[in-house]
Amino acid sequence: MSEASVIHDIGYQRYDGPRLGRGAVLGAIYIHGLRAAFGFGRSAKSKIFPWLVSGITILVAVILAAVRAQTGIVALNYVQFDDAMSWLVILFVAIVAPELVSRDLRSGVLPLYFSRPLRAADYLGAKFVALVTAVWLVLGVPQFVMFLGAAFTTKTGMSGVWNELGDLLPAWGYTLIWAVVFASLSLLIASLTGKRAFAAGGIVALFLMSTPIFGVLQLLPSRTAQELAGLASPMMLIGGVGNWLFPGHGTGMPIGRFGPVYAIEAATVIAACLLLLLARYRKVASL
Amino acid sequence: MSLIATEALTKTYGGRVTALSDLTVDVEPGVIGLVGANGAGKSTFIKILLGLLAPTSGSVRVFDLDPTVVPDKVRTRVGYMPEHDCLPPDVSAAEFVTHLGRISGLPRTAARERASEALRHVGLYEERYRQIGGYSTGMKQRVKLAQALVHDPDLLLLDEPTNGLDPAGRDAMLALIHRIGTEFGISVVVCSHLLGEVERICDSLVAIEGGRLLRADRISAMTTASDILAVEVSEGTDELSAELTKQDFTVTRDGRLLLVELSEEDAYDRILRAVADLDLPLHRLDQRRHRVAELFATREKADV
Repeated sequence: MSEASVIHDIGYQRYDGPRLGRGAVLGAIYIHGLRAAFGFGRSAKSKIFPWLVSGITILVAVILAAVRAQTGIVALNYVQFDDAMSWLVILFVAIVAPELVSRDLRSGVLPLYFSRPLRAADYLGAKFVALVTAVWLVLGVPQFVMFLGAAFTTKTGMSGVWNELGDLLPAWGYTLIWAVVFASLSLLIASLTGKRAFAAGGIVALFLMSTPIFGVLQLLPSRTAQELAGLASPMMLIGGVGNWLFPGHGTGMPIGRFGPVYAIEAATVIAACLLLLLARYRKVASL
Repeated sequence: MSLIATEALTKTYGGRVTALSDLTVDVEPGVIGLVGANGAGKSTFIKILLGLLAPTSGSVRVFDLDPTVVPDKVRTRVGYMPEHDCLPPDVSAAEFVTHLGRISGLPRTAARERASEALRHVGLYEERYRQIGGYSTGMKQRVKLAQALVHDPDLLLLDEPTNGLDPAGRDAMLALIHRIGTEFGISVVVCSHLLGEVERICDSLVAIEGGRLLRADRISAMTTASDILAVEVSEGTDELSAELTKQDFTVTRDGRLLLVELSEEDAYDRILRAVADLDLPLHRLDQRRHRVAELFATREKADV
């Protein structure tokens, strides 16, 4: 008879192996998201952009390390590197955040997720941490390259390496702040639409539009206004927090004694974004 | 033990739209048809069973568990196939079903093995490594079914599984569902607005309309034992009808068709002989089972 009846004779096997818990499921979504962020398991087309950005940041880091090794000039330190790469990071999240959430909205795959033992908070948490990791890698790995360059060419031996490490670790912390702020803002925007192009545009627009506001505020004659101007732009907000947490490393943006204000706003922005995301997905998860 | 038991289940949206009202059913394991027109409350019912919606009032139990209290325990044992398109176009079926298996809590290797098993059972072989975007509607429906099967559930909830399929595809899908219910030992709830479609494969039937229960019973209790023979002759329909009535057959006229109840063993031969004796040009002979639809016909009209 037909091929189908041969197949059908093999029969159906029940599964009585282990069923893993919440942690493993979260891990599966996290790994899946992180792979998707860099285009693994996707078409060649979706690899282009993440790898272009990663390539450029690493290239810049290699050049910085080379310049420093040859001439001793520190063009950008670790913290300033993050600020200098900000536009690339914006482009990166504008592509990757929609890839992580808009895609699922668009294809209607969420009912399949939420008809399984998975909560909206777990789904979002895994996606959020995946994006944070991806952004952190895009900046953290080049910083590590710079560190390697500096460590191997240091003229003061082991203590020089330790000094470098003392510079690198706070910078990695600063990179984490970048990653968390950018991930929460961009995921929130991306979760509003299933159209990836709209989501990407929205994310770029948010960061793009806020910069002129910052510029205008900084031109005000009041010193306080200038010191608080950074609050208007996510990028300057992060810069302000960085200046406050790691004085002497940053871009020297004037924040006066308003450091804590910057920190509070950053924390509020992150918390608000995550809560709004959760509220949004509570609605989506009930199909 | 009953599979699904509801007690005066009611769901209203925003206090105005009533999706389900006072629904009390007790369903045993097997293949269950959930029949109703579009908007009758079938999808709402399924979402309540999955614990995605909370009922406004009344109680619901699946495997004797309350999905409003322990949704995770219920969902682990349930596979859900949504009505609408729910597949990403740019991944392969194998990868997609594996991923969903992992979200159901299967370890990595088990998820991969069971994904290819599930895809094989629904009839996707080498094409499972191709991107879903290039699949036909029939193949997509099969992938949707495979993802509901991947974690070896005890109950499948299928929302309009034959949606968008051509007649051959419908038959194949229904045969597959029937096999899942009988050979795989998995209970299946099949939602459909086409009664004639699900009655062929179901053990029991739940019919709802406007959120209210029309009838819930086993198919065997609904259909009479006797079959029906549809006879069509090009001419002389009246003569044949008279002849058969004379021979104590119950004959009903349905357009150009004569529907004759086959009550005795030799009824089929006797009808054929009657046609031959009258020397009528026979057009069609079609043996059918009593349609459950006929049982609902009067009630549904009464409701309208």
